[in-house]
Amino acid sequence: MSVVEQAGVVPLAASRKPRPTVRSLALRTVGVVLVVTLLVFMVGPIVWLALRAFSDVWPYPRFLPSDWTLKWWHSVVADKSLGHTIKLSFEFAPVVTAVSAAICLPAAYAFSRFNFPGRRTLLVSLFATNAFPKIGLYISMAGVFYSLNLMGTFMGVVFVQLIGTVVFMTWIPAAAFSAIPRSLEEAARDAGAGPLRVFFRITFPLAAPGILVAMILSFLYSFDEAQGTFLVGIPNYITMPTEMYTLVLNYPEQAAAVFSILLAIPSVVLLSLVRKHIMGGRLAEGFQIR
Amino acid sequence: MTEYAAPPAGLQIAHVSKDLGGRTIVSDMQLEVHAGELTCLLGPSGCGKTTTLRMVGGFLQPDAGAILIDGVDVSRLAPEKRPTAMVFQNYALWPHMSVFKNVSFGLRLRRLPKREIRERVEKVLELVGLTHHVRSYPAQISGGEQQRVALARALVLEPKVLLLDEPLSNLDAKLRIRVREDIREIQQRVGITTVFVTHDQDEALSISDRIAVMSGGKVEQYADPRTLYREPATSFVASFVGAMNFYTGSLHDGIVELPGGARVPCDGVQAAEEVEIGVRPEDVRVTENGDGAEAVTLREIPRGHYKELVLQLGDAEVRAFVPPELPVSERHRVRFTRVVVYREGVLQRSAAPVAAR
Repeated sequence: MSVVEQAGVVPLAASRKPRPTVRSLALRTVGVVLVVTLLVFMVGPIVWLALRAFSDVWPYPRFLPSDWTLKWWHSVVADKSLGHTIKLSFEFAPVVTAVSAAICLPAAYAFSRFNFPGRRTLLVSLFATNAFPKIGLYISMAGVFYSLNLMGTFMGVVFVQLIGTVVFMTWIPAAAFSAIPRSLEEAARDAGAGPLRVFFRITFPLAAPGILVAMILSFLYSFDEAQGTFLVGIPNYITMPTEMYTLVLNYPEQAAAVFSILLAIPSVVLLSLVRKHIMGGRLAEGFQIR
Repeated sequence: MTEYAAPPAGLQIAHVSKDLGGRTIVSDMQLEVHAGELTCLLGPSGCGKTTTLRMVGGFLQPDAGAILIDGVDVSRLAPEKRPTAMVFQNYALWPHMSVFKNVSFGLRLRRLPKREIRERVEKVLELVGLTHHVRSYPAQISGGEQQRVALARALVLEPKVLLLDEPLSNLDAKLRIRVREDIREIQQRVGITTVFVTHDQDEALSISDRIAVMSGGKVEQYADPRTLYREPATSFVASFVGAMNFYTGSLHDGIVELPGGARVPCDGVQAAEEVEIGVRPEDVRVTENGDGAEAVTLREIPRGHYKELVLQLGDAEVRAFVPPELPVSERHRVRFTRVVVYREGVLQRSAAPVAAR
């Protein structure tokens, strides 16, 4: 709440000399209300989740739980299947990221640098998979997967997760490649570098922040993907998000809260690790294109 | 070396044509740049000057014709195989490399010993006056400094031909004049064959050994700055380079007849019907009570060390550059000291004594 107070009170105090008009006061009030609403909607659910994970009894009309406990954490951590699902999730996510990078990065480069027939159509059609409800798509895919003996296999799960990752693994790096002025590559050719060397010394390092963002999104997508993984993976491959379904059904909801907090840890850690690289403005400030 | 076998040094562009996107950008272009010479390609946007430069640099392949450097055909070579170095319009410095890394990039590719790389980079940075910025990144230095880094990066490879693509267009007016003098000075000190693309005639006139004025993918005139200014070969060159009054009128012996019938005396002109007549504003002699055609003063524009007068002669408007101390009255007497005459865009030397003075 201190943020809100600062936003509301300090400017009021500072503007004492030129008397605030009714209009500016109204505007300021609207601003404060908007900020508070935003905070409630963004932070509220997370706070509720955290409270839930440590609460024992939480009778309905009360604002806070009446009893606090760590037993949900004990029971979730003690569940012997948990360790296995965490391990599996951490196996799938890097593999899916690597495979989608291997497929999509060359495609992204081609989309950005070459003009070929059907370029636009192909680029837009990447979104087609997102236009349908995913579950319908997965169920019709299951037929194909059965005939290819991919159901219940590691590669089957990787493939089903790739459907979600190809879109941003292509679009974001393509945008990153397009943001690099061609003259930077031409200057390197001019200085004596062949096309491959130009790519690895100039293009790739400059597109790296965009590629990194796409890889993190892909990692997190794979980490959180439940529907397709559930459909293709069970009973052999149960990852953390699919395990969630079981938990929600078999345990009180407090256990699910604990589990979602656990599931969120990798995302938070990853994003805070790379924040510097994504936000770091060297890429943006380095181009002197006017 | 025998006197027969010596290949022509410098750069030759021989009958080069290029179509891009279904349009002919450069057509049957011919140009020869002597070793150590600075040639400007000057023209309006879309005249093919940058396309020509990119063909010399190897970023575009000519559809026809050949490009020779020191007598060797390089037309089919990739940019990395050519003895050319380019300074790009936006400088194209690599933002993830320091000034040292930028300048040394080409040398490191050539796997030169570390010590030699350091020495050569230091030498070239000294030449452009940037030794204090070795460790800086492109984003940390000013536009003029970035421009000089780009120049150093090109020069450090000791290319046979240096290519500059509108290198000053991103600088403010004052800096532009200083940097262009720096470029000319460095070019003369190194003695490197240079092609400089610009749309700024002032820039071209002040730094070039020779200027090729281009229009519609062809060279209109290729001459030294003085000839280009005093004897423009076509009416396009005459109107593009420097200020010029242009009329369609006729000539009588010693008289220029402007549209609307005003007759302005001009020594040496010979009778001709229906021609284009060009008069430089400094070739308009304005007096208060001398001989000549009578003109009405429309405007007076102070220009610092001279004054521009806009005069009305019959239906024609004449712009004249006069000394700032000339008293301006409502009416003046006007003579032309020199005119250039064109028929169908081509200079008619017989009608007016262009080479005089």
